[in-house]
Amino acid sequence: MTVDLAHYLTVSGLLFGVGISIALAKRNAIAVLMGIELMLNAVNLSFLSFSRFSGAFAIKDNPLDGHVFVVFVLTVAAAEAAVALALSVLIYRRRETVDLDRINLLRW
Amino acid sequence: MESLGIIVAFYLLSAIAVGGAIGVFLASDLIRALAFLVLSFIATAGLFLTLSGDFIAIAQILIYAGAIPVLIVFAVMLAPLAGRNNGNGLYLVPGLALGAAVAVTVAFVAVDVEWNELSGALLAERDFATTAGAIGDALVGRYVLAFEIASVLLLAALIGAIVLVREDEAT
Repeated sequence: MTVDLAHYLTVSGLLFGVGISIALAKRNAIAVLMGIELMLNAVNLSFLSFSRFSGAFAIKDNPLDGHVFVVFVLTVAAAEAAVALALSVLIYRRRETVDLDRINLLRW
Repeated sequence: MESLGIIVAFYLLSAIAVGGAIGVFLASDLIRALAFLVLSFIATAGLFLTLSGDFIAIAQILIYAGAIPVLIVFAVMLAPLAGRNNGNGLYLVPGLALGAAVAVTVAFVAVDVEWNELSGALLAERDFATTAGAIGDALVGRYVLAFEIASVLLLAALIGAIVLVREDEAT
């Protein structure tokens, strides 16, 4: 019995699926943000597992490209969380709700 | 990886990570959902450790399990009238269906495809004692342009967040 790439990718896919469900089904804007963070996290997991297991990326002097990519994903996720939460505070201040079903200003 | 410790750690951490994610979905209170989210992130950091990614695991704990939950708690506490109900919206059934479809598809592809996988001695070459130095070298060497762009992105996000929530005194 051994743990290989398929196992890690399966876990990554499960996390991504749960993240999509949360991001689409939840009514609160902050819960939707949590789902998006879960999806980014699942992608990080698959980056690292490919970086470790895959022979397709066996660059001799740069074995850590996947790790560098994950560092950038972390950066973008942090920036995105800060701006999204600032937007939700702003919407709350104008409308006293962060309920996505009731934020329909842009509806035609 | 054949070592028994790695196998036990993988299954335990995966169960905690996926269970925590499902807990985020099922929790009725937003703060409880956040606690489940942190649990899931910490378990994922453990999975990163089993993949020999020590720097990424620590960065994950610092950023995902430390900084972002603090931001989310601030956002929840600053919106007291909005309520902490973690209820479902209009798209519950399509959301669940799409999530299940994506999970099943990825799992099927992951199991079905013959990956070009390393094994034995080649795989053991990737048992890094530490990765922080090599990642730092890559960041200021080969990926220095992306590194600079990331710093500009962080600055823009910082200024944008401040400008967005600033109280406008003029009007």
